[in-house]
Amino acid sequence: MTICEIAGILDAKWLCCEEEADRTVLYAFASDMMSDVLAHVGEDTMLLTGLINSQSVRTAEMLDVPCLVFVRGKLPHKDAVQRAEQIGLPVLLTSCSMFEACGRLYAAGMTACSLSGYEGEADDDDD
Amino acid sequence: MTMIKETYPVKAGDMTAAGDVSARIKRQMKQLGIPASVVRRVSVGTYEAEINLVIHSEGGRIDFSISPEKITIRVVDQGPGIPDLKKAMTEGWSTATNEVRNMGFGAGMGLPNMKRNADEFTIESTVGVGTDITMSFNI
Ligand SMILES: Nc1ncnc2c1ncn2[C@@H]1O[C@H](COP(=O)(O)OP(=O)(O)OP(=O)(O)O)[C@@H](O)[C@H]1O
Ligand SMILES: [Mg+2]
Repeated sequence: MTICEIAGILDAKWLCCEEEADRTVLYAFASDMMSDVLAHVGEDTMLLTGLINSQSVRTAEMLDVPCLVFVRGKLPHKDAVQRAEQIGLPVLLTSCSMFEACGRLYAAGMTACSLSGYEGEADDDDD
Repeated sequence: MTMIKETYPVKAGDMTAAGDVSARIKRQMKQLGIPASVVRRVSVGTYEAEINLVIHSEGGRIDFSISPEKITIRVVDQGPGIPDLKKAMTEGWSTATNEVRNMGFGAGMGLPNMKRNADEFTIESTVGVGTDITMSFNI
């Protein structure tokens, strides 16, 4: 799915790097906890979050996240968008709730990112 | 043979600057043509360590070195040290404040995540002295 299509599905507004609209995204992950994002996100995975400070952009930067979406219409801090612009990270803003944003993307065929490195541990917990 | 060896200080409590050092190290690795999958693992490990320095320590430094075979990140702080390393290494165990949680951290995932991303991971900590972590990543 391209970021352009994602923006359409979420009725989202571009906050920066619209020139990257044709970039392809394979997977999605959604969380307000950057700790969880850092532990789980694999390659080519977009991030949906309600965390509007600059750490969301930093986290996306470390993980080479192809697209960052802020949900619930929460406008991110100015320094966060500035940073995203600097590093060429496309950022979208949608008024959808986290649930609705994820639901719309899922219904449109977006795939969840597999929880890298956690399969074995999850099995242990279930025993 | 070491190609690069650098040291960056990290200040305690300064959440707005948290990530600056990791971003710099990431940029250097990319410029050197280190494979993307390695860059990613080093970046995640370094960023987790940098955040820990900011939110848990009294300040410290990150040493970054590259040899032809591996990248080494050493993270040393000036205290307070970790009383129970076994607990600290357990996923979900955290002493982070609500303030830190509101900034998206403090799930008790950082240390286990560093260990998982690194090819070699060692941690030593002495209460009243500080914590010393070394992560190495094969190129
Ligand atoms: N440099 C440090 N100095 C003192 N205590 C530390 C240090 N690093 C970690 N700790 C202690 O170990 C605990 C676990 O650290 P870890 O990085 O795994 O989780 P966290 O930082 O609490 O949350 P997260 O990393 O998920 O944001 C911390 O809550 C803290 O009590
Ligand atoms: Mg941590």
